[in-house]
Amino acid sequence: MGGFFHRHRGVTPYLLLAPGILWLGIFFLVPMGFLGYQSLQSGIFPDFRFTWEFSNFSTALTDYHQQLIRSFVYAGIATVACLLLAYPLAYWIAFRAGPWRNLFLLFIVAPFFVTYLVRTLAWLNILADQGPVVRVLRDVHILAPDGRLLATTFAVISGITYNFFPFMALPVYVSLEQIDPRLLEAAKDLYASSFQAFLRVTLPLSAPGIVAGTLITFIPAAGDFINAALLGTPNQQMIGNVIQAKFLESLDYPGAASLSFILMGTILVMLLVYARIVGTEKLTG
Amino acid sequence: MTTVAEAVAPRAQAGVATRVWRFVKRHALTVYALLAVGYLMLPIAVVILFSFNHPTGRFNYVWNTFTFDNWIHWNSILGIQSAVETSLEVATLATLVATALGTLIALALVRHHFVGRGATNLLVFLPLSTPEIVLGASLLTLFLNANVPFGFWTIFIAHVMFIVSFVVITVKARLIGFDRHLEEAAMDLGANEVTTFRKITLPLLAPAMLAAALLGFALSIDDFVITYLNAGPTQTFPIFVWGIARVAVPPQVNVVASAIFLVAIAIGLGNVFWQYRSAKRTRGVA
Repeated sequence: MGGFFHRHRGVTPYLLLAPGILWLGIFFLVPMGFLGYQSLQSGIFPDFRFTWEFSNFSTALTDYHQQLIRSFVYAGIATVACLLLAYPLAYWIAFRAGPWRNLFLLFIVAPFFVTYLVRTLAWLNILADQGPVVRVLRDVHILAPDGRLLATTFAVISGITYNFFPFMALPVYVSLEQIDPRLLEAAKDLYASSFQAFLRVTLPLSAPGIVAGTLITFIPAAGDFINAALLGTPNQQMIGNVIQAKFLESLDYPGAASLSFILMGTILVMLLVYARIVGTEKLTG
Repeated sequence: MTTVAEAVAPRAQAGVATRVWRFVKRHALTVYALLAVGYLMLPIAVVILFSFNHPTGRFNYVWNTFTFDNWIHWNSILGIQSAVETSLEVATLATLVATALGTLIALALVRHHFVGRGATNLLVFLPLSTPEIVLGASLLTLFLNANVPFGFWTIFIAHVMFIVSFVVITVKARLIGFDRHLEEAAMDLGANEVTTFRKITLPLLAPAMLAAALLGFALSIDDFVITYLNAGPTQTFPIFVWGIARVAVPPQVNVVASAIFLVAIAIGLGNVFWQYRSAKRTRGVA
């Protein structure tokens, strides 16, 4: 293999790349172009014509800014909740789990083995009005006697948090696991308390994991529509619900395409701002 | 504890107090970890438990009585069996193709310096940082504009597209820590390129390719958003669930999800056990 590569250095990498890159080119890049093309069309299904209809974007923003903002707020809250819930668990697995490490890592990814829709439906069982959780909360007066958990903002954000938890826990674990324990010993030798050592050594060193986890949690969460559809009401609709309905129910392809672009553009801008704040090195690993 | 603390000098007392505090803190974290795992497992337990429920109505949300019927007659719901079969077919085919394409890209990226390397990295990274709904929507507009009939093959194309990037990342991570001297040694000993690739490179890459393939299979069988937008009339298991969830949720849905989960967890546990044993063996040797 080596010899072949040395002799044909010029073409080999391109031969290796060709099939995969062509696939991504034709079925990822080209569709993005078509999405852009579609977003500037006008007309009613099935007669769309390309007319540089930039007003699609302004119309989409005026009609659906609420769902757009809601998507980012929900995704933001869920990302923070994931971080707060996952960090101590990842920390425990990295530093305290000993021989049980791999088993607990398996526990973290286990939700992924249950079909997304089915594990979201399971929250319907858990949060049901006649279910044990609601009954206890009503008994201790956290919920009003007729209070519900289902069909609320809380239910939707909890669903997102649960479904994307592993996306946060895994990168945080990986960055914690790579920390050299001698660094913590050194901090202790220099009279740092455990808390100071955590704050000054562990936390900064795990920053790359936090950054990666935040991104891969926030991006899919902002585009999610399953949690809002199954656990919420029309009042909790996110931008994904709108895009999906426009494509498959109201057949407003240009409107759906422009909303998709707005979603992607907003995420891209947020990504750039985030990169400015945390530094590009941490972002690309 | 207090009696001991009272008996000793103030300085040692602080020592005991810190020790108690440390003890509490360590165990608080352990308790938290177990609670967090409980939280992660709760819906899974519910899914499995309710696969044994005999629901009173069309919705399987309230516990009634225990039964094995749902498992025995798992395919008694119209369309569920063909949906599961489609899911398995798409996942198998898409995983095979995506693993091959992704491994080749990873080989090129790690082993070669070439013009367009940065662009390639970006092209691999971009699908991962695009929301699924946008990936699905853009592919949908391509198929619509090109008049491609929606069905099995459009699902297959979509799945290969989003799995490839995951394969590249997984295999790349393995290739970076790969000792090239092994290949050079094989060549020095007279092996040609094909033999070297077959006997050295491929076996060393196999674990990473297998891991990537398992990940790809799991992603494919679970995907809803991209599939939903590009499936047309064809139903995979998640699409079947979505369609039926509006009118009824039969316990057979839980049966299939539980079965998929149990197979996956068995593979996972096997892997954990195997790693544990090989770690023990290496320790024994050392």
